[in-house]
Amino acid sequence: MNIKWFKYSSPQTFYPLAGKMIPWFAWLAVVLAIAGLYVSFAIAPTDFQQGEAYRIIFVHVPAAWMSMFIYIVMAVWAAIGLGLNARLSAMMAQALAPTGAIFTLLALVTGSLWGKPMWGAWWVWDARLTSELILLFLYLGFMALQSSIDDPRRADRAGALLALVGVVNVPIIYFSVKWWNTLHQGSTINMGVAPKMAMTMLLGMLLMALAFWMYSIAAALMRVRCIMLERERSADWVKELSAGGKS
Amino acid sequence: MQWASWSAFFNMGGYAFYVWFSFGLTALCVVWEVLALRKRSQQALRLSKLLAQD
Amino acid sequence: MALKARHKRFVLIGIGLALIGLAAMLILNAFQSNMVFFYTPTQVAKGEVPKNTGFRIGGLVEAGSLKRGDDGLTINFVVTDTSKTVPVIYKGVLPDLFKEGKGVVAQGKIGADGLFVASEVLAKHDENYMPPEAAAALKSAQEQSKTLVMPTK
Repeated sequence: MNIKWFKYSSPQTFYPLAGKMIPWFAWLAVVLAIAGLYVSFAIAPTDFQQGEAYRIIFVHVPAAWMSMFIYIVMAVWAAIGLGLNARLSAMMAQALAPTGAIFTLLALVTGSLWGKPMWGAWWVWDARLTSELILLFLYLGFMALQSSIDDPRRADRAGALLALVGVVNVPIIYFSVKWWNTLHQGSTINMGVAPKMAMTMLLGMLLMALAFWMYSIAAALMRVRCIMLERERSADWVKELSAGGKS
Repeated sequence: MQWASWSAFFNMGGYAFYVWFSFGLTALCVVWEVLALRKRSQQALRLSKLLAQD
Repeated sequence: MALKARHKRFVLIGIGLALIGLAAMLILNAFQSNMVFFYTPTQVAKGEVPKNTGFRIGGLVEAGSLKRGDDGLTINFVVTDTSKTVPVIYKGVLPDLFKEGKGVVAQGKIGADGLFVASEVLAKHDENYMPPEAAAALKSAQEQSKTLVMPTK
């Protein structure tokens, strides 16, 4: 068990493995997104108070979930990289950040597009919206910090520290609607309680969330392959790979 | 089916701008990220091939 | 030895995370009063709201309290949290979801007469999503149970 794990934790074995995994996750994402969009627009009924505007939920909530989930995964990889001094883990954290930042931006913008017609405001400084904006800054800060330090090992360590400090923000985002009064509504999906939403609506949201999840894995694997090539250009395995002419 | 006609579907109960902007922007971001990643990996491969030839 | 150093690093990371979490908790606790987005009518009645400056009140638009002025723009309504109420006057555009019996958050100032002059009115909706038929069924079921409870009161 241990031997296998360490085998795949080296870039030269992980690079081709990631290459094989990407199409699977990409196709899963496409199929799930088609199913999710079909349920979201053709099957899910009109909402009793928000009419058709509520359909923004089918991108907004999955994007917001992914923005928080990717941050946690990124912080875990960063912690493993910091603790084990493992360069592949640090590369995984680095590969996840831009995708997480995109989902954070999407959560903020789609939320704004939902807030204007329903609440009457594009933006308010309540705890939920503000903490999600801080999440975007954490992603951007992580990316800026990583790229501003030339020595990759030092960049990994600095980035890992920022990622770990920022992880406290994730529970704050999640529980903000419980801890403080906000304009943002509470959670529709809660542990141990029946979801406060019609089944077909829930199905659409979950399918879209799964599609985003699979997409995130595919995108992160694509990016980690780029990072491996860029960072280990002078390593023997990259030279062999390039000389062999295989991608 | 929820919709009486295609125009009703596109109209989204009067919220067309907000709903389609949200979905359109999401699609745009995904397409942009995939294209950017393709370009980046092609560049990285080309560069490491050049280095391997030396 | 290598394993020991590794363990030590993870312990340090764990302690660091715990300390950051604790610091965040203390900071959030200290700023608790600044984290509220709006005050409830009960807080207004108790005088727990900022004096001489604007703030937000939140609650439900009391059923039957909504009155529109002759100019078609000025509106009066009452915000309630089911125990206390605050009357509000507002001139301007209302969000689509503004309705009697539904959530509302209004930004403005309260006068000496207790009338809240709002400069902005936002709708606060809940986290329930369902088709209109289900909402109607739920409502009629609630009304039925109400009439059942009534006689015992």
